[in-house]
Order: sequence, then structure tokens, then C-alpha cells
Amino acid sequence: MKKIITFLLTMSMVFSLAACGQGSGDNVEGKQGGEEKNEHTLTVWAWDKAFNIYAMEEAEKIYQKEDPDFKLNIVEVSWDDMQTQLGTILSSGNYSELPDILLMQDFAYQKYVMTYPDFFTDLTESGIPFSEFPEGKLGSSMVDGKNYGVPFDNGTEIAAYRTDILKEAGYTLDDLTDIDWNEFLKIGKDVLDKTGYSLLSVPATSSDFILQIVQSAKGGIWNEDGSPNFVENELLKKSMSIYKELLDTGVMTRGNSWDEYIATFTSGKTAGVINGCWILASVETAKEQAGNWGVTNMPSLPDVQEATHYSSQGGASWGVTTNCKNQELAVDFLKKTFAGSIELYDTILPSSGALATWSPAGESKVYTEPQDFYGGEAIFELITDFATKTPTFETGVYYTEANDALAVAATNICSGGDVDQELKTAQDTVSFNMGN
Amino acid sequence: MALFLMIKGDVEMNLRMKQKLMGWLFLVPAVALIICLSLYPAIQALLISFKTGTGVNMHWNGFGNYLRIFEDKVFLQSIKNCFFYLIIQVPIMLILGMILAVLLNKPNLKFKGAFRTAIFLPCATSLVAYAIIFRSLFATEGFINSVLIKIGILERGYNFLSEPTSARIVIIIALIWRWTGYNMVFYLAGLQNIESSIYEAARIDGANIVQTFFKITVPLLKPTILLTVIMSTNGTLQLFDESVNLTNGGPANASITMSHYIFNKAFLGVPNFGYTSAMSFIILIMVATLAFLQMKVGDKRD
Repeated sequence: MKKIITFLLTMSMVFSLAACGQGSGDNVEGKQGGEEKNEHTLTVWAWDKAFNIYAMEEAEKIYQKEDPDFKLNIVEVSWDDMQTQLGTILSSGNYSELPDILLMQDFAYQKYVMTYPDFFTDLTESGIPFSEFPEGKLGSSMVDGKNYGVPFDNGTEIAAYRTDILKEAGYTLDDLTDIDWNEFLKIGKDVLDKTGYSLLSVPATSSDFILQIVQSAKGGIWNEDGSPNFVENELLKKSMSIYKELLDTGVMTRGNSWDEYIATFTSGKTAGVINGCWILASVETAKEQAGNWGVTNMPSLPDVQEATHYSSQGGASWGVTTNCKNQELAVDFLKKTFAGSIELYDTILPSSGALATWSPAGESKVYTEPQDFYGGEAIFELITDFATKTPTFETGVYYTEANDALAVAATNICSGGDVDQELKTAQDTVSFNMGN
Repeated sequence: MALFLMIKGDVEMNLRMKQKLMGWLFLVPAVALIICLSLYPAIQALLISFKTGTGVNMHWNGFGNYLRIFEDKVFLQSIKNCFFYLIIQVPIMLILGMILAVLLNKPNLKFKGAFRTAIFLPCATSLVAYAIIFRSLFATEGFINSVLIKIGILERGYNFLSEPTSARIVIIIALIWRWTGYNMVFYLAGLQNIESSIYEAARIDGANIVQTFFKITVPLLKPTILLTVIMSTNGTLQLFDESVNLTNGGPANASITMSHYIFNKAFLGVPNFGYTSAMSFIILIMVATLAFLQMKVGDKRD
């Protein structure tokens, strides 16, 4: 018995010693990691290897010309993961886990700045030339007139159609340019009859598309006091009924998830897509459809005075966190790349389609080059032109809640629900979420 | 003599004390881990559930969050959804699991190991991966629709995940596929403990298969059945991955589960951790109550 006990005790001591050894080993490594993180290194969180991370890497190369020791430690964090991680880090107050720079969705910017006031560094006085960005884009990363982010990619709304299918039905891209939704429906039905293709698809999980229509007519979803404005909102109702009609007639189909949505046009089942211009990156993955796509503006809301053919969706901005130990470097880096390097945008535009929101970059020659995938159309010039005409849209702090509630309303309306009733329910849901 | 006895008793006491001490010593690491990683966070969550506010701006709110839950239509809907899954899926799954276990427990069955592995295998798949595979199986252009069109039942693809009822049924099918094997293993283990002589005796007495099943197998498996019922109830009420990855709670929150809704509120929208903690304690109360009731109904031993 004694022997066994002695044996066990010895074993446990050995194990605990081993554990100690391991623990201290970790510490040493941790310290080394800390030392390595010298004053020329910045950590960046971003998603999408082919787009945002690629742009960051190119920016790193450009800044390295000035500071050869400069290094970026770019960590790929998907938007879904980032929300969970930020939620955990910020609510626990353990800010040291934050990176120096991170990419933030424009629609979530205000939410994070308002709920976690010490999350982002105020960049207003940093010397970054904010006046060189369009107001509509800049507004999403601003709270109370202060700038919290450097705008990056462009979310200007485009309508892209398969020109070969349109031709089959006897239409050209011009027939779909500068039209309103009634004309779109007419053409859509005709195309569906003649070719069997739906002209449009949307993902069923969000109400982005409806909000894009509202924005195009210079509408909004919030009252002045910040409360949701759904029930009395004629533009929203009109957009809803167009959504329903598009779906009822089969001119528009819905994908249950994002990948199903992407598959509708990449697999050649629908003849068009209307979304932020970043969707073109997905369109272009269907290499066999090269040359058969054309880009134009979106249909406008009929019988609305203020209606335009322009809107926007998505887009993101770079923010500097308060955890950044070397604010000067981070600011200088952003100032000389994303807010000051035509060379950067000239590099990333042709290879990844990352359209600048920084105005001086739009004057570059690269923008006027014809794109073979779109039958020789100079789409970047076109989109840059759309961007200047896009009405601003107040996303608000509770954008996610509003978007979800409206998606539920849209689904119910499409399966026969009453528009007023469903909008009222949606408004109640959002109001409920806003109260504590 | 008396002295000797006393000394002897003392030594015995000492030894017993020592052994007891050793026992506690071995428990210490596990207990410490449970306290640090489970108990402490749970108490913290309980405290937070009495506060409200967005992000880090929290203030005390008493029972406000708990009262608020009863006005939250989406959460009430998610409770309904969870109980729908619970009432339909758990009985089907457990009965199926038991039947499979009895079949696979037959001594003269060939390739027993292969069958058991095949039925248990779904359980070894990742929750996210299998949910995504089910989503693509039941997509409008997916495998199930293609088969149904090929054999002539459907004319064009049916969008399973866009209708409330069919979306819920898809989730139930997925759950049955994933968890039946898991429960079957428990039944198999339970069946090993039933003496084969009892079955022999029953056969000699002229009991048929159905009678043996209901009069011997089921009563003797009672503790195992109780265990699986409690575990399945617990699991179903905390369902998350399927709702997130298979249907994304849709259409129009028709298949959203409680955990999924809590996650959405905590991490996707404007976070109110007080309210979300309160919701998770409601789940805890539900699970505990149901487990207690099931123990009362199912276990007559004490």
C-alpha cells in the first residue's frame, strides 16, 4: 500500500513538475513573441484572402519602400468569427487581445463605436485626408462628426446581366439601363417566357435587396429620433410590393443561403444580379461566361419623384483600435497607402476588382481600361460614376436587427401575409430590441 | 492489551484518514478545473443576467430581463420550435435507436461490427459539416430534389428550406440521422447487462418476440432509457449548429432555436449580454425541470 502511495505521489510530482516546465516554456515563448512585435510591426485582422487581405499585402509592400523594416502580421478572420471574437474581447475588457488595425463592415461601424466607446481610435485629427472620400461612404464610419475609420472598398450598386440571354429574348443592355421596376418586370416576364431564365436572384436570409431599393429612392428606415420607421414608410411598402411581385412572377428567385444565391448566377440559372459591385468578384468566378456579362445601373422606384438608379450595399473600412501601441505608425501607414497611394489602387483594381473610394485614385488610367469579361465595357469608370450619384443611407446602430426583422416581414408577405401587419410586427420587433 | 488495541485502532484510523485524504487529493485538480471553468462563469452569468445595457455600459436591472423574455416574440417562437423538435424528434429517434440496438444485439447476426460502426458513424461527423451537407442535399437543385424528379414524384425542385413545415422536418431528419447511432450505443451497452438466461427462461415459457421486447428488454433497459431521454431533451433544447447552418433559423424564424437566437442577440446585433444571459438561464431552468420530471416519472427505484 505504502509503495503504491509513494509511487503515485512521485508520479504526481513528476507530472506537476513537467507541467511547470511547460508553463514556463510558454512564458518564454510569449515574451519572445512580444519582443518580436517591435515598433515596425502591426497586426491586422481582415477577411477575404483574394480581396481585403490581398489589398493589405500590397499596401504593406508599398509602405516598405519607405520603411524597410515595416511588417504586417495579417490574420485572416472571417466576418462571422470576428463578431464573436470582438464580442468576447470587448465585453470582457481584455483589449490587449485586439489587433492594431482591423477591417470593419460599414453597416456595423456605428454599432461598435456606440456600444464600445474605447474600441476605435478617433482619427479625426490624425492628418488622414478624409475630405478626399465621398461623403456617403465616409458617413458609415463616423459618429458625432468624428472619423473612426479609413474607407476602403466601394459598395456601389450595380446591375449585371447576361447579354447573351438578353439577346436571345430580343433585348440589349440599353433596354435595361435607366428603367424603372415596372419596365424591369415587363422585360423580366418576357425573358422568362422566351428563355426560361429568371432575371434576378436574392438570398432569402436578409432584406438587403429591399433596403437597396429604399436607398435608391433616397429613403430611410429610421425616424429622426432613431426609432424604426417601417409602418408609415411609403417607400418601404413600395419596395416590399415590388419584391413580392418579382418573386410571384418568377422574374426573381431566392436562394436559401448565400452560397445558393451565388450559385444561381455562377451556374447560369439566372440571367442577372443586382447588388454591391463587390458581387462582380463572384460573377467572374464563372470563367465560361466571360464576355457574356454587361454592367449597368439598377431600376428605379416607379412614380417616386426622388427615385434614382443608384444605391449601395456593403463595403468596409479600416479602423485603428485603442490597443494599438504604435498609433503614429498605424495612422501613417493608412495615410500613405489607403488614403494616399494611387499606385496601391492601380495594383489592386485590375487583379482583384477592389474599387477605390478614395477619389484621387478614380482619376487613374486603369479605371478607363475596357474589361474583357464584360464584353469590353469599361465597367470601373462606370461604377466610379455611379458612386458619385449614390444617395446616402443611414444604417443606424440597430441595422442588423432592422435587417433581420424586415427579412422576416418580406418572407411572410411573400407567403401571403398582409403588408401593413407584417411591417408593424417588424417595427415592434426592432423597437423591442432597442429597449432594455 | 487495551493499550495495544487502542494503538491498533489509531493506526487503522490513520490509514483510513490517509486514504480519504488521498481520495480528496485526487479530486482536487478536476474540482478546481470545474470551479474555474464552469462554476465561476456560471455565477458571473447569473449576476450579469440581473444587469442590462449595451456592450460594456451595464447597470443593475433586477428581474427586468426575465420579465422582458415573456414579451420577446422571437424568443417565444424559438421556445415553440425547440419543443416541436423535442416532441417529434426525440421519441422517433429513441425508438429507432432501441430497435436497431435489439436487432444488432442478435447473437447470430453476421457483420455485426460493420453494421454497428455504420450506424454510429454519423455521430463522429462534425456538426457544422453535416448540417451544411444536409442543406445542400435539400436545396432546390439538390440531390433529394433531383432524385424525386427522376423517379417522377416531383415535376420541379421543391424549395424545402423555404417553407416552415418542411424546413422543420428537414432539421428533424438531420437530427435523427446524426443522433440515432449515438443513442443506439447506449442501448447496446444496456443490453449487454441483461442476462441471456432471462431470455431463455422467457422463451421456454412461450413468450414471443414482441412480448420479450416489451416485458423484458424495455423494463430492464429503463435506467438507460431514462439516461438517453434526459440527454436528448437536454441536447434538443440547446440545439444550435443545425439551426445556424442548415436553415439559418429561416424561413422567417420558423426553425430558429433558443441557443441560435441567443447567439444572434449576443454577437450579431447590438449586444445586451444581460438579456442574453437571462435567456440562457431560462433554458437551464427548462432543462432542469424536464430532467427532474423525467426522473420522477421514469425512475421508481427510490
